[in-house]
Amino acid sequence: MEKMKIVAFRLGDEEYGLDIQFVQSIERIQPITRVPNAPEFVEGVINLRGNVTPVLDLRKRLNLEKEGHTEHTRVIITKFEEIELGLIVDKISDVIDLDKESIEAVSSSRIQSDNFEGIAKTEGRLIVLLKLSELIKIPGK
Amino acid sequence: MDLNDFLELFIEESKEHLQSINDQLLKLETEPENPAIVNEIFRSAHTLKGMAGSMGFEDLASLTHQMENVLDLVRNSKLSITSEMMDVIFSCVDLIERMVESIEQGGDGKEDVTDVVGQLRMIQNPSDPTNVQAGAYQESAAAVAEDIQFDQYQLSVIQEAKKLGNKLYQITIQLDKNCVMKSVRAYMVFQAAEELGEVIQSNPPVEQIEEENFDDSFSILLLSERDTKEIQAAFHPISELSEVVVRELSDEQETAMPIEKAQKAVKSNAQVLPKDKGDQGAAKKKHRSKSIRVDIEKLDHLMNLFSELIIDRGRLEQISRKSELTDLTETVEHMTRISTDLQGLILNMRMVQVEQVFNRFPRMVRDLAKELNKKVQLIVEGEDTELDRTVIDEIGDPLVHLLRNALDHGLESAEERTAAGKSEEGRILLKAYHSGNQVFIEVSDDGKGIDRGKVLNKAIERGVVTQSEAETLSDREVYSLILSSGFSTAEKISDISGRGVGLDVVKTKIESLGGSISIESEPGNGSIFRIQLPLTLSIIYAMLVKTGDETYAIPFSSIVEITKISKDQVSTLYGQKVIQFREQVVSLVSLKEVFNVPATDTVEKQELFVVIVRKGDKIMGLVVDSVLGQQEVVLKTLGGMLTNLYAVSGATILGNGEVALIIDSNQFFK
Repeated sequence: MEKMKIVAFRLGDEEYGLDIQFVQSIERIQPITRVPNAPEFVEGVINLRGNVTPVLDLRKRLNLEKEGHTEHTRVIITKFEEIELGLIVDKISDVIDLDKESIEAVSSSRIQSDNFEGIAKTEGRLIVLLKLSELIKIPGK
Repeated sequence: MDLNDFLELFIEESKEHLQSINDQLLKLETEPENPAIVNEIFRSAHTLKGMAGSMGFEDLASLTHQMENVLDLVRNSKLSITSEMMDVIFSCVDLIERMVESIEQGGDGKEDVTDVVGQLRMIQNPSDPTNVQAGAYQESAAAVAEDIQFDQYQLSVIQEAKKLGNKLYQITIQLDKNCVMKSVRAYMVFQAAEELGEVIQSNPPVEQIEEENFDDSFSILLLSERDTKEIQAAFHPISELSEVVVRELSDEQETAMPIEKAQKAVKSNAQVLPKDKGDQGAAKKKHRSKSIRVDIEKLDHLMNLFSELIIDRGRLEQISRKSELTDLTETVEHMTRISTDLQGLILNMRMVQVEQVFNRFPRMVRDLAKELNKKVQLIVEGEDTELDRTVIDEIGDPLVHLLRNALDHGLESAEERTAAGKSEEGRILLKAYHSGNQVFIEVSDDGKGIDRGKVLNKAIERGVVTQSEAETLSDREVYSLILSSGFSTAEKISDISGRGVGLDVVKTKIESLGGSISIESEPGNGSIFRIQLPLTLSIIYAMLVKTGDETYAIPFSSIVEITKISKDQVSTLYGQKVIQFREQVVSLVSLKEVFNVPATDTVEKQELFVVIVRKGDKIMGLVVDSVLGQQEVVLKTLGGMLTNLYAVSGATILGNGEVALIIDSNQFFK
C-alpha cells in the first residue's frame, strides 16, 4: 500500500493537512509587514532567515471566519515550484502517515473547491487535504 | 585525463579569439594595407586551429586551417584583399562561431564546411577549380613546417652562428597521438635541443607549447654544430614521439623569405616592423597576469552572504546606539568602515566592462548597413565603463534595438544625405560613461532627427494622445511617445525594426532595471537616445520614512529633496492637492492614502514631511509622517507570488529584523 506523510493542522474545529514534501518548516508567528494593494488574503511578508517570504492568512484564503492569533498560531513555510510561501494556521496537530487509498476524492456537493486534494479518513479523524498548487494562485488572475 | 575538463576553457578562449578576429577583420576593412592587422588575425586563427585540433574538433580545425592559409597568403603579400574575400572570411568566422556554439551546447561542433572551404581554396588558388571538392586538409607535421620567418635580430644571430660553423636545422616533432602530457614531452624535446645548440625559434611559440595550445606536432629551429644524424639520435631516448624530422635549411630557403618580408615592412610603414611570433607570446602573457576565473555563482553567493552581514551590521548599530557602551560603539564603527570597503570590493568584482556587450555591435552594424544599403560609421566610446554583471546581462537586447532603430529610422539613405548636404557616410555614436552613482549609455546618430509632426499625427491616430493634449506637449514629451507601445513611425515596415514592438520593450526593460531612457532630437541633425542605469541592483541607498506604524524605503536615486511644510501651504487644484515648491507647482500624493495605511490615532499634525521624487524631469511630492534617515539597504524580491504590485519594487530587511517595502515612486506618475 502506498503511504504518504502529511502535516495535520487545525483551522477552528476543522482539521486540514498538507503533503509534507511541500513543507519546509514550521515557524512561530513573528512581525509581519503588511503589503499594500496585495490580494486580501496576503497577510504580508516576513523575514525568514534573511529571505523575504510572503505569508497568507489561510482562513481568509479559504473564506473561513476571521480569528485572532493565539499562542498556538503557527506559520507553515511551504515551497512549491520555487515559490516559498507561509500559511498561517491556528494550531499544528501532528504529522501522520496515510494510506493513499484512504483518501477520498472531493465529490460531495457541499464541499466543492479546487483548493482541496481530497479528504483523508484516519483513526476517526477527517482531514481535508489542501492542494498547494491552487492555493498559491491569485483568484481572478 | 578527461578532455571535458578543458572544454570550458576551450570554449572561453575560442570565443575570445573569435571576437578578436571579428574586431580585426572590421579594422582590416578600413585599412586593408596594414600588415599588423593581418598578422593579428592570423595569430588568432592559428591558435584557434591548434586548440580545435587538440580537442578533436576536426571540422573546426580544417576550416580554420583554410582560413589561415588564405591569411598567410595575404600576410606575405601574395594576395590582396578584395571585398568578396572579406565576405568569405566573414562567413567563415560565422561558421566557426556556430560550431563553437554547438560545442558549447553539448554538440559535436560539426557543420558542413565544404562550401566555405571550397571558397577559401578558390581564393588561394583560383586557377585550380578541382581543389574545390577536395576533402579536409591533412594536418600533419609538414603543414606546420610551412611557415618560417625571422626578424632581423634572428637573422643576424643566424649569420653570426654560420660564421662559426653552425648549421641551421628545422626539427619537426610529431608527438604520439596518445601522448598525455604534451607540454612535458615538448619540454624534454626543448631540453635535448638546447644541449645540442641554440634554439632560435619554435612554432607554435614556446608559451603556447607550455599551455598545450598546439596540435600533436611542433617544429623548432636549431643552430648547431652537430650533423643531422647526431641530432636525430639525441631525440631518440624521448618516448611518445612518433616522428622526428630533422632538415637542414640551406641558405636560399632561409634568406629568401626574410628579405621579402623586410622589404614589405619598409614599403608599408618604416616604423612598424612585422611583429614576430615571439611578441605574441609576450603579449598573451601580459594579458593573463595573475587573474583567475571564478564561477559567477560563487560571486553571487558571496554577495548574498555579504548582504546578510549588512543586515546584522544594521542591527549591531542599533544595539550600540541604545547601549551607549563606548567600546561597543567603537568596534561597530570600525566594522562599518571595513564592511563598506568590503562591499566596494565585492561590487567591484562583479563589475564587468560594457565592452563585453559593445564588442558585438560593430559587426552587427556592418551587416545591417550592407543590408539596408546605407553607409555608416559606428564609433564606440567608453567601452571600459563598468557595470554590474546583472545589468550587463540585460542591457544587450535594448541596445540592439536602439542601434537598429538609429540605423533604420535615424539615418537617411546615402542619396538623401547628399541632398541634405551631409557627408554620404552616416555616423552612429555609442557611448558609455559614469556620472555619480549612475551609468549613462547613449546611442546617437547624425540622421534626420525625429519629426515632431509625424510622431504626433501617429500618436493621435493610434489613440496614444488626444488632439488637445498633443498641442500642449513639449518636444521631449513628444519624442518619448515613440517609446509607448504600439508605435512605429516608419512608413515602410522592414524586418529590422518598425514592427512597433521595439522601442516600448526597450523602455520597459530599462525601467525594470531601475533605469530610465530619454530622447533628444534636432530635426536634420540627428537624435540621442540616453539610457540611465544604476551601478548595481543589489545594494542601494534609501531614505527610510514612516507612515502610521509602517516603515518604507524610498531609493535615493529617485529623491530630489525632502522638505517640511505647514498644513496651510497646501492648496487644492482640480481636486488635486498641490504645493508651491521652488516656484513650481508640485502635486502631492499621500502615502497613507495610496497604501491604505491603517490610521493611528494621533492628532493631525500641522507640519508635513514631503519627499520630492522625480521621474525624468517631472517631480511630485510624497507626504509621509516622519523621516527616519538614510540607510544602505539590500534589495530583495517579494517572492514569486507577489509580483507587479502597485508602486512597490521589492523589500529589504532592516536592522531590527523587520521587513520594509521599497517604494517605486515612478508608478505614482501617470
